[in-house]
Amino acid sequence: MMKAKAADFILYDRATGTYRVDPEQAVRDDVEKHHWLHVGRTIAKDWRLYLMLIPMIVVFVLWRYLPMYELLGCFKVDDAVKTVNEQYFLGFSNFKLLLSGGGDGRMSVEFWQAMRNTFLMSFYGLCFGFPMPIILALFFNEVKSNAARSVLQVMTYLPKFMSTVVMTSLIVMLVRDGSSVGLYSKGIISQALENLGLISAEVAQKGLLNYPAFFRSIYQISGIWEGAGYDSIVFFAAIIAISPTSYEAAQIDGANKWAQMRYVVLPSILSTVIIMLITRIGHLLSVGYEKVILLYRVETYQTADVVSTFSYRYGMQSNQTGLASAAEMMNNLVGMLLVIGANSVAKRASNTSLY
Amino acid sequence: MKRKLEISELIFKIISYTLLTIFALCCLYPFVYAISASISGYSAVEMGDIILLPDFKGLQFNAFGEMFSNNMFWNSYSNTLFLTLYGTLFCMFYSILGAYALSKKRLMFRKGFNFFLVFTMWFSAGVVPQYLNYLATGTAFRAIGITDDKWLVIIAMGMQAMNIILLRNAFEGVPSEIEEAAIVDGATEMQVLSKVYLPMSKSTIATVALFFAISRWNGYFWAKQMISNSNEHPLQVFMQLQLTQYTDLEYTTGWKYNHNYHPNSVIYALIVCSIIPILVIYPFIQKYFAKGVNVGGVKE
Repeated sequence: MMKAKAADFILYDRATGTYRVDPEQAVRDDVEKHHWLHVGRTIAKDWRLYLMLIPMIVVFVLWRYLPMYELLGCFKVDDAVKTVNEQYFLGFSNFKLLLSGGGDGRMSVEFWQAMRNTFLMSFYGLCFGFPMPIILALFFNEVKSNAARSVLQVMTYLPKFMSTVVMTSLIVMLVRDGSSVGLYSKGIISQALENLGLISAEVAQKGLLNYPAFFRSIYQISGIWEGAGYDSIVFFAAIIAISPTSYEAAQIDGANKWAQMRYVVLPSILSTVIIMLITRIGHLLSVGYEKVILLYRVETYQTADVVSTFSYRYGMQSNQTGLASAAEMMNNLVGMLLVIGANSVAKRASNTSLY
Repeated sequence: MKRKLEISELIFKIISYTLLTIFALCCLYPFVYAISASISGYSAVEMGDIILLPDFKGLQFNAFGEMFSNNMFWNSYSNTLFLTLYGTLFCMFYSILGAYALSKKRLMFRKGFNFFLVFTMWFSAGVVPQYLNYLATGTAFRAIGITDDKWLVIIAMGMQAMNIILLRNAFEGVPSEIEEAAIVDGATEMQVLSKVYLPMSKSTIATVALFFAISRWNGYFWAKQMISNSNEHPLQVFMQLQLTQYTDLEYTTGWKYNHNYHPNSVIYALIVCSIIPILVIYPFIQKYFAKGVNVGGVKE
């Protein structure tokens, strides 16, 4: 809005030597005075639309926004029974306990470990999980027979639709330990890895899930198995949108496959890649806790524990709700900053806002 | 004129066919293995002899039989169907209405409402506050006479802002002339929605409904936390309990003397049972999924 000057709305009448209010300004004043009346009328005319919004708003307020209020418990004494309003106010001592340690310092060690794991898991996901769908999409583009491609696509999308429990059950069974008294044999994948010489017989016998060193690999590989095919849909759509004439032109110019990739395909899908990359960075700190809870065990906490599971253990299993909320608060705040940052970068880079 | 493939193109083609096939087979392998292991005999599973195909000598269907004769299995199956059906219907109800209103340019405070939705994608309260909130909701529900935890799961869970945005984008794509024509003909707001918008965005609606349905079918964590009565547990919770039970040494000692199948086979049988409904409808729905994702990913 422009800054108003007196001369904008007061007129000097030369003939009489008096000042009077600009009649246009009178109209403007009137509109402003009745602004809320106007809003009310518009809403009243379209009341059906606003009525339609109500169920959605109620559901989101009750079960998405009220929990955010509940998050204020991070400043309060641990108490699962009282509501946030009734709990005793503590200030920042929950945060202090997590960040710099108190008591035996175990809490803070565990928290930093969880923070590091959260970050590392997402970071590895970005390094290994992100390029896979793009590579798959490039490969799909080479399969010119529609039937063959459909079959391959159906096969690769499939794991995405399996539940976390099915997936983790399969992982548990496929890499399980071997019975010391011969009641059951080790999992087929442990067996295969052992035969290939990638892991020792002893490790396979004890079960891969009991070794902290393997947790991240299991998590990432199962993540790729689950999502790469499905995530390739977006990139594949971008690739098939490239006009065939671009390839022909490149071929006439004598471009080999590599040059075509470099100068035709890559520039065309770059904006999609950037958008997806930024989205991914934005959600860097929201690691799925369901899968971790179902897969980790005490032996692997040092590489498997993430902030959500940390606060699940403290908040839901041992009722230290204030402490758990403080952990979530920090994780989520950093996460939100990442999203907002990513979004503004996206706006600048590709002129498209993500949301 | 058909151009001869250049050598680099040929190599790339061969590489992509090979790697794609390998990856696709890897995606499928665990399921095939689960089926094979569920119908193989005791000794084959015990010795780890099954690699791909079932052991035909000891072929048995008793592992499935054990599942099917377990009342809790059918119970949890019907619970999951119940949660999926009503949960999806409820989510679709408010999502469609909300998305329709949000798709209207003339809606006042439209930006505000959009932000209200999108903010839940940026910032989530997290596990513990959500848990405390559900506890409080459960108490409130009991106070007004809803004692069944199922309804808590159906009403209070599973909302996804992304799905509403997908629907909103689809509704925005409907040409406004058609709506105007309908209004001139005397259609009310509800009629415009049900007779114009819904039929014109069928594929997105199918996609979103499937997203909701699949997340309901696969829901585990909150159902486990919030449903206290074990008779009302959905399939996923039941499956997790069975996994712990059948991998328990105490439980399975002495098993081989009165069974011709391995405890592992029961777990695999359960896994197979839980994915069969998805496998059956999957070929029909996957084209919708592809479409819905494209709308969501690129158009935003």
